[in-house]
Amino acid sequence: MDRRKFLGLGMVALALVPATSLHALDFRKEKPDTWTAHTVDEAIKALYGAEATENKDITLKAPKVASNGGAIPVTIKTSIDAKTVAMFQDANPESAVAVWTVPEGGIVSYTTKIKMKKSGTITVVVEDKAGKLHSMTKTLEVALGGCEG
Amino acid sequence: MGNMKIKAKAKDGVVKAKVQAKHEMLTYDAAKKKGKDANFITYVTAKVGDKVVYELSSSQFLSKDPLFKFEFKTDGLKDGDKLEMTWTDLSGATATDDKKIKGLK
Repeated sequence: MDRRKFLGLGMVALALVPATSLHALDFRKEKPDTWTAHTVDEAIKALYGAEATENKDITLKAPKVASNGGAIPVTIKTSIDAKTVAMFQDANPESAVAVWTVPEGGIVSYTTKIKMKKSGTITVVVEDKAGKLHSMTKTLEVALGGCEG
Repeated sequence: MGNMKIKAKAKDGVVKAKVQAKHEMLTYDAAKKKGKDANFITYVTAKVGDKVVYELSSSQFLSKDPLFKFEFKTDGLKDGDKLEMTWTDLSGATATDDKKIKGLK
């Protein structure tokens, strides 16, 4: 990574520190653009202001074929010393699904159920304490779309 | 109150928590079809005492009656401590529920 980019990331991290130390960061209020972005890349940019690089230390578990798109179990685990974890997908009209703030000394082992309208790819971004972004993707098939209610 | 199902159990220094919140999680698309306003959980926190152990900002793409499973360390926790979950939805409604963590010494 070149020096300029690295410095830029450092500044983003610094800017986020005061807010996270309060332990009450509602990303919907802090980063409203994230939630209306239509592509995964746009959403990641709106949230973090940078691009993520793939990292094998993130475990992203989801079924290969989801029979019910209305409730797809997704598990995220990582050994990275994380500050925030974000989940995106490209099947729905907007791509952001959830953003976790990892408490100090917290364990990243999150499972939740999500909705996907059709087959697509889930992208998980983990931001470490230094403000670096790591990502992992998983493509799955959805047999029955789950956005109709 | 019976809004949430909470299970929390400590073992080997880690509390495993499983929470299901009751919420329709109506997306913008589905709401339009039903002629209702979209409404979904936007913010969830879990606390033990005044310590935050879980914090999530979410969109309409969590499933109906969403499930949250997470883990946290038992450091500083004692027998009788409760896990308190709070969610806020798009309309501004909030709900809080708590449950005693099992297995703490």
